[in-house]
Amino acid sequence: SKNSEEIALFFVYQTSHLLLSASSSRVHTAMDSLIAQLQRQFRDYTISLYHQGFLDDQFTELKKLQDECSPDFVAEVVSLFFEDCEKLISNMARALDQTVNVDYKLVGSSVHQLKGSSSSVGAKRVKGLCVTFKECCDSQNYEGCVRCLQQVDIEYKSLKAKLQDLFNLEQQIVQAGGRIPQ
Amino acid sequence: MVCEMETDQIEEMDVEVLPSMWPDDVGTEADKQFNVEKSAGDLDMLKEVDIAEKSAMADLKRLPELMNTTDQGTSQLTNLVKQWEYMQDHAVRLLREELQILTKQREEAEAKELKIIEEHNFESQEPENVPVLDETSDLFRRFRQKKRDKLVDSKKIEIDEEFDTIAYWKQKALSLGKMLEASTERERRLMEKLNESLKTMESHSAPVEELTQNLKRAEGFLHFILQNAPIVMGHQDKDLRYLFIYNKFPSLREQDILGKTDVEIFHGGGVKESQDFKREVLEKGKASKREITFETELFGSKTFLIYVEPVYNKAKETIGINYMGMEVTDQVRKREKMAKLREDNAVRKAMESELTKTIHITEETMRAKQMLATMSHEIRSPLSGVVGMAEILSTTKLDKEQRQLLNVMISSGDLVLQLINDILDLSKVESGVMKLEATKFRPREVVKHVLQTAAASLKKDLTLEGDITDAVPIEVVGDVLRIRQILTNLISNAIKFTHEGKVGIKLKVISEPSFACDNALNGDEEVQNGLTETSVWIRCDVYDSGIGIPGKLAVYLNALPCLFKKYMQASADHARKYGGTGLGLAICKQLVELMGGQLTVTSQVNVGSTFTFILPYKVATSDDHSDDQDEFSDMVDHQPEPDDTTEGYFQFKPLLGSIYSNGGPVIGNNFLPHKVMVTSPIKLINGFVAHPSDDIEQSETVQVENGGYTDESRLKNSSGHCLGSAHQYENGNGRCLSKESESCSSSQASSEGGTVEMESEFTVSSHREEEKAERDLKETSKPKILLVEDNKINIMVAKSMMKQLGYTIDIANNGVEAITAVERSSYDLVLMDVCMPVMDGLKATRLIRSYEESGNWDAAIEAGIDIKTMEDEQVCMRPTNRLPIIAMTANTLAESSEECFANGMDSFISKPVTLQKLKECLQQYLH
Repeated sequence: SKNSEEIALFFVYQTSHLLLSASSSRVHTAMDSLIAQLQRQFRDYTISLYHQGFLDDQFTELKKLQDECSPDFVAEVVSLFFEDCEKLISNMARALDQTVNVDYKLVGSSVHQLKGSSSSVGAKRVKGLCVTFKECCDSQNYEGCVRCLQQVDIEYKSLKAKLQDLFNLEQQIVQAGGRIPQ
Repeated sequence: MVCEMETDQIEEMDVEVLPSMWPDDVGTEADKQFNVEKSAGDLDMLKEVDIAEKSAMADLKRLPELMNTTDQGTSQLTNLVKQWEYMQDHAVRLLREELQILTKQREEAEAKELKIIEEHNFESQEPENVPVLDETSDLFRRFRQKKRDKLVDSKKIEIDEEFDTIAYWKQKALSLGKMLEASTERERRLMEKLNESLKTMESHSAPVEELTQNLKRAEGFLHFILQNAPIVMGHQDKDLRYLFIYNKFPSLREQDILGKTDVEIFHGGGVKESQDFKREVLEKGKASKREITFETELFGSKTFLIYVEPVYNKAKETIGINYMGMEVTDQVRKREKMAKLREDNAVRKAMESELTKTIHITEETMRAKQMLATMSHEIRSPLSGVVGMAEILSTTKLDKEQRQLLNVMISSGDLVLQLINDILDLSKVESGVMKLEATKFRPREVVKHVLQTAAASLKKDLTLEGDITDAVPIEVVGDVLRIRQILTNLISNAIKFTHEGKVGIKLKVISEPSFACDNALNGDEEVQNGLTETSVWIRCDVYDSGIGIPGKLAVYLNALPCLFKKYMQASADHARKYGGTGLGLAICKQLVELMGGQLTVTSQVNVGSTFTFILPYKVATSDDHSDDQDEFSDMVDHQPEPDDTTEGYFQFKPLLGSIYSNGGPVIGNNFLPHKVMVTSPIKLINGFVAHPSDDIEQSETVQVENGGYTDESRLKNSSGHCLGSAHQYENGNGRCLSKESESCSSSQASSEGGTVEMESEFTVSSHREEEKAERDLKETSKPKILLVEDNKINIMVAKSMMKQLGYTIDIANNGVEAITAVERSSYDLVLMDVCMPVMDGLKATRLIRSYEESGNWDAAIEAGIDIKTMEDEQVCMRPTNRLPIIAMTANTLAESSEECFANGMDSFISKPVTLQKLKECLQQYLH
């Protein structure tokens, strides 16, 4: 059975390899070098974002939804997300600013919102923090909440910057007449 | 004849008490010999040892003869004689020397006498009657005494008288005379002694006495050495009859041994061997040693190291053997023990290394499995993206070539996805992660739908039949999805390997099988929905009239276990011809076993195979059937058919020709899931269509079928339905089936001489039909979907996905809004977030279900929701239809899904929602 699993693995690998090589060959024949370079940069950058845990598959899902009818879909959703973040974070900061009688329920529901949103856009790190944050809220751990809030703040801002870079790259590719690699 | 051997002996390193060679309690006291007090090896013992001739047994008549005739015998005697002669020589030499000295003295004395006589000639006439005799006699006596001690006397003569007087000379003469006399006397006595000595010497010419002494001494020495030694010695003649034996077994008597051979004396293991060994030595004439283990009745198991040498007579002819055996039982035992220990050690070491290797391999395997699972998972998401995108792409405007390429891409992608899903399923089952759901379902319907689905995509002239005995309960509880998966797998497998005849499913209730007695207890604890439950075992046979499993009976029995092995197909040829990943059966087997059942197969080449699985189910005794629209019947039967619940026999015929037609005119309407489609599956029951349908096209189709496939164009109609229904079920039941049948069909096509082009041609045409159908559908009736979600971003994403899938949706931001929306207009599907402000999804679902059951919104109004619509309107709208509500939950654990089900939800999608999940869900619930 071990062998056969290896065979299966090999098969999977082969297939994916074939798919990959097919797509990459097309890229090389169709695009000029500048676009290719930009695209490579874009891909590498995207991959690095995945690798560093900023993004997960859900972001890929978002990108799937972007088509001719809604060419800026990802950017729209993402900017909505960041607005949401800003609002929720300031809400939570206000709630946590109270030294007495912190409304953990309010904070909790905001965290839940944030978790849902981040999960939807594939903001993996923010989502992960939200899980911890929620736990802190549930246990009414004030220090934990504050710490989480700070981290969330940092995390969403850095993600925002990264995505901004990504969108800039995207724009450059489009301006150069290339296609955004999926 | 017991030898006492309880002496401490130092053996190798440790000191141990050596048991006697022969047991102590054999023989009589009188026979005991060598009863020597322990005298610590003092050499004086030699004299004390009383050589008991009894210790050894010898044929006294022949042994001396032997001693005389053999070299060994004579050499000893010669030695003794030589020694004796040497001693005699020595004595003679000593006597001679003494004699010489005496002779010399006498000569000296004579010479002196002469001189004195010459000197004192004149005095010779002196009167001899000198009265000094008394004194001189005394002196003489003294002298004689002296002479005894000293051989040579002082030559001085002591004279008391005054020198040179007459008396002096007289006295001197007298004493000299006496000296002479004494000397003569001594000489005479020495002569006598010499004569005597010579005489004794003569009498000693036969030195038996001394020799015997020597012999005795030698023998004594041997006894001294050997008395405690575990040694048996003997001499046997050339017929190997004993002539002499030393230290024989105590209970044997002389007549038992002498003149007999080993074989005659002893019985048991080793005797023959020793006899043969002796004979061998006898023949080869070379002394040699051998270790022989005896296993005799007489003394049990003993090992002897035997030394045998041939004995020659003076003419150098072999006349027998000497043999000496030393008992080495303990040593051998020890040696064997050591060897065994060493062997054990080696074995243990080998085992250890083997174990380490196994552990290593197991770890490797685990790691590989883990990696495989992880990789599969990692591959699946992007791949599903690829396939999904390709599918979406296929809905856009494409030219023929593009479409062909795309279709190949989709089908390949699907194949890989299927493979990955299989792998994940397997690793889930193996790692114990897979949890079984318990849902109520109707086995008849399951069987029917599996067959229907299979029939729909059937491209061979096969009859599919289902036969369910009346004893099978109408509803049972089990993991219907898994059971469907198994059935679908087995059926598609059966179809794959069957070219004509029939394929079918047979269900019957059996008594609890023996293998399940232990397992049965575990399952009974769960109680579902408060229903009382009893267990029932159902045996399911999936039979076919296919090629069977290759090989003759014996071979096939061997091949059968392989058949269930993962990835293993009956043979390489078949794998090539029939395609498939080979995982199907392995998954089936694992699933069946996971559910506490058993999957077996019987097969006969060119006659067919039967795959049988027996599974335990719980019987749900529900008192209200009509009310109970379970998950499964929901999927297919919105209008309940009375005969379906108890119907026990189905038959499906393929509709050949349909697949090659290029899109008939009436395919469209019925293609994609929507409500009208529910009644479309074609069902032939004994030539009679028992399908209540108000669709005119449908009944036309039926007539055509009854008429025997005469009308080409109408056939296309029916094929359209067929395809449509196929799709419906494919979609409804996940990808598994459709992929199976697809791969089946394509490999079928190629195996029957079709080229790749032909294959893709087919795919293209069928997809074109799909496309057309989809477009038609969109124009006519769009399903109404309500999304209940509070998160803006989630809404945005879900909306976009729905758009991509071709649906528009209404939005409600919380449970209250959802209820209001449901109450105002009718939806085909609700996607419900679980965790929401104002009212969560669970409560909202409960309220909606309560409305469906009671026909009024009282519960909702009680909960504080403002319901404005008039009641009679609602009642007549859809009082009995159950609205599919799909939960959307961030928590994918099984507990959460149970909570969803408990609150009346039909299924759930785990968040984040993906295109794929959404698509599958919509396909399943939008009919």
